Amino acid sequence: MDGRIVKISGPAVVANGLEEAGLNEVVRVGHERLMGEIIRIRGALATLQVYEETTGLALGEPVVSTGEPLTVELGPGLLGQIFDGIQRPLPALAALAGDFLRRGIAHPALDRQKRWRFEPKVATGDRLTEGQIIGVVRETAGLAHRILVPPGVSGTIREVKPGEAAVTDPVVVLEDGRQLSMLQRWPVRRRRPFRRRLTPELPFLTGQRVLDCFFPIAAGGTAIIPGGFGTGKTVLEQTLAKFAAADVIVFVGCGERGNEMSEVLSDFPHLEDPRTGAPLMDRTVLVVNTSNMPVAAREASIYTGITIAEYFRDMGYHVALTVDSTSRWAEALREVSSRLEEMPGEEGYPTYLATRLGQFYERAGRVVPLGGDGEGAVTVVGAVSPPGGDFSEPVTQASLRVTGALWALSTDLAYRRHFPAIDWAQSFTLYAERLQEWFAREAGAEWVALREEAMRLLQRERELQEIVQLVGLEAIQDQERIVIESARLLREGFLRQSAFHEVDASCPPGKALWMLRLLLHFSWSAARSLSEGVSLAAILETRLDERLLRLGEVPPGEMETIGSALMTEIDETLKRLRGS
Amino acid sequence: MDLVTRISRSTTAIAGPLLFVEGARRARLGEIVRIRLEGEQERRGQVIELSETHAVIQVLEETQGICPARTEVIFAGEVATLPVSRQMLGRTFNGIGQPLDGLPPVIPETTLPITGSAINIVRREKPSEFIQTGVSAIDGLNTLVRGQKLPIFSGAGLPAHSLAAQIVRQAQVRGGEPFCVVFAAIGIPFREADYYLKVFEGSGTQDRTVVFLNLADDPTIERLMTPRCALTAAEFLAFTHGMHVLVILTDMTHYCEALREVALAREEIPGRRGYPGYMYTDLASLYERAGKIHGRQGSITQLPILTMPDDDITHPIPDLTGYITEGQVVLSRELDRKGIFPPVDVLPSLSRLMNLGIGEGRTREDHRALADQLYAFYARGRDVRRMEAIVGEGGLGAEERVFLTFADRFEAEFLRQGSGGRPIEETLAIGWRLLRAFPVEALTRIKRSLIERYRTEGGGDGAGPRHTDGAPEHPG
Repeated sequence: MDGRIVKISGPAVVANGLEEAGLNEVVRVGHERLMGEIIRIRGALATLQVYEETTGLALGEPVVSTGEPLTVELGPGLLGQIFDGIQRPLPALAALAGDFLRRGIAHPALDRQKRWRFEPKVATGDRLTEGQIIGVVRETAGLAHRILVPPGVSGTIREVKPGEAAVTDPVVVLEDGRQLSMLQRWPVRRRRPFRRRLTPELPFLTGQRVLDCFFPIAAGGTAIIPGGFGTGKTVLEQTLAKFAAADVIVFVGCGERGNEMSEVLSDFPHLEDPRTGAPLMDRTVLVVNTSNMPVAAREASIYTGITIAEYFRDMGYHVALTVDSTSRWAEALREVSSRLEEMPGEEGYPTYLATRLGQFYERAGRVVPLGGDGEGAVTVVGAVSPPGGDFSEPVTQASLRVTGALWALSTDLAYRRHFPAIDWAQSFTLYAERLQEWFAREAGAEWVALREEAMRLLQRERELQEIVQLVGLEAIQDQERIVIESARLLREGFLRQSAFHEVDASCPPGKALWMLRLLLHFSWSAARSLSEGVSLAAILETRLDERLLRLGEVPPGEMETIGSALMTEIDETLKRLRGS
Repeated sequence: MDLVTRISRSTTAIAGPLLFVEGARRARLGEIVRIRLEGEQERRGQVIELSETHAVIQVLEETQGICPARTEVIFAGEVATLPVSRQMLGRTFNGIGQPLDGLPPVIPETTLPITGSAINIVRREKPSEFIQTGVSAIDGLNTLVRGQKLPIFSGAGLPAHSLAAQIVRQAQVRGGEPFCVVFAAIGIPFREADYYLKVFEGSGTQDRTVVFLNLADDPTIERLMTPRCALTAAEFLAFTHGMHVLVILTDMTHYCEALREVALAREEIPGRRGYPGYMYTDLASLYERAGKIHGRQGSITQLPILTMPDDDITHPIPDLTGYITEGQVVLSRELDRKGIFPPVDVLPSLSRLMNLGIGEGRTREDHRALADQLYAFYARGRDVRRMEAIVGEGGLGAEERVFLTFADRFEAEFLRQGSGGRPIEETLAIGWRLLRAFPVEALTRIKRSLIERYRTEGGGDGAGPRHTDGAPEHPG
């Protein structure tokens, strides 16, 4: 039965006559069949959030329920694709409608014409259970797209159809006549099932020294990146998408800039995946709802993104989901809530903001998939854009309670062009202890000790800087000057990392450990030399600092050779000073 | 679309700029209505909310004198549109696109809805062409690129208008392609608007300029339409006629206040400082109308100007703007007091697209590294200056004094340039001249080969320290 529009206020529309429809069902609104979702039912009235611009709608226009919640299509063809917040493929929309987005266009998410080569992993007579791998499609050079039995489906195989097939063609037929194709559908607001969760004890390596060494997170973990504008959130999110050790990257551009996304679109196809050498775009799925695209679709975009991430996780892959920015999502939630005239909580956000954030981040995790083989993980990194750069606002605070790490960006560091502008005093991670064992085993036994020593040095410098601000650098002791100098080398040579330098952009833990070792060795040796009577000026004159500051540019393969040589040089240079 | 005109005589309430009309059941959201009152000039309004009981109409002009009982509201079934034509160049319009210059209306090539549509992201072209504004603080350190939106954050009494005018006069895109300016005055005083018009006249840009004027005493709500009209004209000139359009929107603070006025009149739940929660989305619908499209000639570059209330950069207007635009040029009261023009505070200023527009083949290979080094030394110099205020000049070490001198010279030689323009080569040369105060080893952000090539004439190592601080990298 059709409903009728009785009220229109921005993206919120009220309709009557939808008594048969349930909450969160997708509806088609008006003569143009705009897509929307039922978000409240009160008596005979259903409130809808409409995913497209509502200008031009009139009262009395029809509303039809599709009987289905907001779902995404999952199957071959996801990788390298660019979707909007409700999974419409943007290249296909451009082919249909031209350079500008038009309303009311529908297009299936996955290409129905394209034929994929299905290589079965099962045979007639096999008993299938949910989540089991039935076959593989070589979707890209770097990644085998595993075709899974959808959750809730099981049975015995009557027929297997190998070879070329479109996503909707049956590739396996069960005895009861049910047909399985390569395409699955899943409602975005419900998390995909798995067998069980695993302890977060493997790191999610980002290639960023300050993160991997000081504030590492686990595979399947969560982190937030809050920062005022211009502090480098977007560049950091893009750097993670480029260099993070993950099989698949889902990048959700939620309410951000169009030109930045066009940069991603033009750069990623030409960049190499550091793990496979294939184009970076081949392991990337983009979900993009820029700030000028409809606000309700922005609200949906993070769910679309995480559902796609979970799907690849279920194949046994490690997926990284980055959201830029969750504040824009929260604002979309607030905007719709305010149109519903709900009682506002803090700063006008709805009272369920924290609950929704919690539900979202809890979909991250390292799990044994339903099929029972291997493990997959979804790691979530969400950028936050706090108004005025003030972290006490509700979105940052609510996110902090449900995530495992804070990578705080500092406006002050950004003004000094220290990037990534991660504030080492304010950031934290709750995963460090659990990951220690891995780092000690894989990177080097001194990992834990060096990390702590480096943190102490930075802390000591911070205290000294406060004094220097008051009395000037000349007024403090030489021993303290050495602390400040060593910390400077640590900040400039280690914490700072150029996202645009071909070698420095990504740094493996082994190289990072060597850098720490050298920088701290210099610090100890210099302090010792000083106490043995060498003058501060003599130490500063050695110009060892120039070498230490350029360590980031050393290719990882040469680090050990160059590192050992420099270590010897530090010892000998300072020994000479002590001798003279 | 229903083209039958409907008239409603049942206006029930007026609240500020809003009219509540009963029985407007066939109205459309966003529709433009005419409000007729016996013996008075017809006013225009826009439907912003519809329900079975009433329609909410935002009146684009003053609501003063409207008497509900005598008011007729005419629904014509049209959304807000603007007739556009190449002939708009050289013309002046009011805030909703009606001619103000006494000439007849333009003969439209087409009529476009002023809300525009979002560019499909896959059709967007990555901006990459350097625009030489002739201003060192911008060209050298916060480079403007075609298709970018780069706002000027000003304060009351700071010379944002002079800077904007200077950019209009001097802005050059290489290659001499068709270039024009769309200027939208949003709630600014006549004095300021007049200043711009004189500049357009004086620089011969007049014939290549489309002007939309909503002055301080014009209807507030019209301000919500003015930037949209301007951007609609800009899109037409850019994407249909292949022109490179520079759009100046001034002052966005007035725009935001108009937005707040409507929101509060609708009794919406206010966000920070009373501004509506959807202000980000609303501003984005304007700012995002900058850019380039694959396969089309033209481009839209936006230079919005806003006044930070009480110079507060965390105020919602600059804050939300900064989150949408690709950087910002921040003006400083301190520099202005020192008589430095343009008073651009380069530390909080930023151009996010800078890297796309500079370097070899665009400006020069040493541009990025030079900018980084200047930033680093100037940031350090400002730290020392703060310290000097506490410990006095005597408390500073020799090393610190070098940075202090550098900061002073940077402001006096690099930033200060008066109203003249500098080619990019001159800007870079000044930068290198300033760096000669430091020995080669101190220039840690610049590759040796570049130092050798560009740090030439005058040579002579300075007495400065080798140790630097806060050396920069690429901006976010």
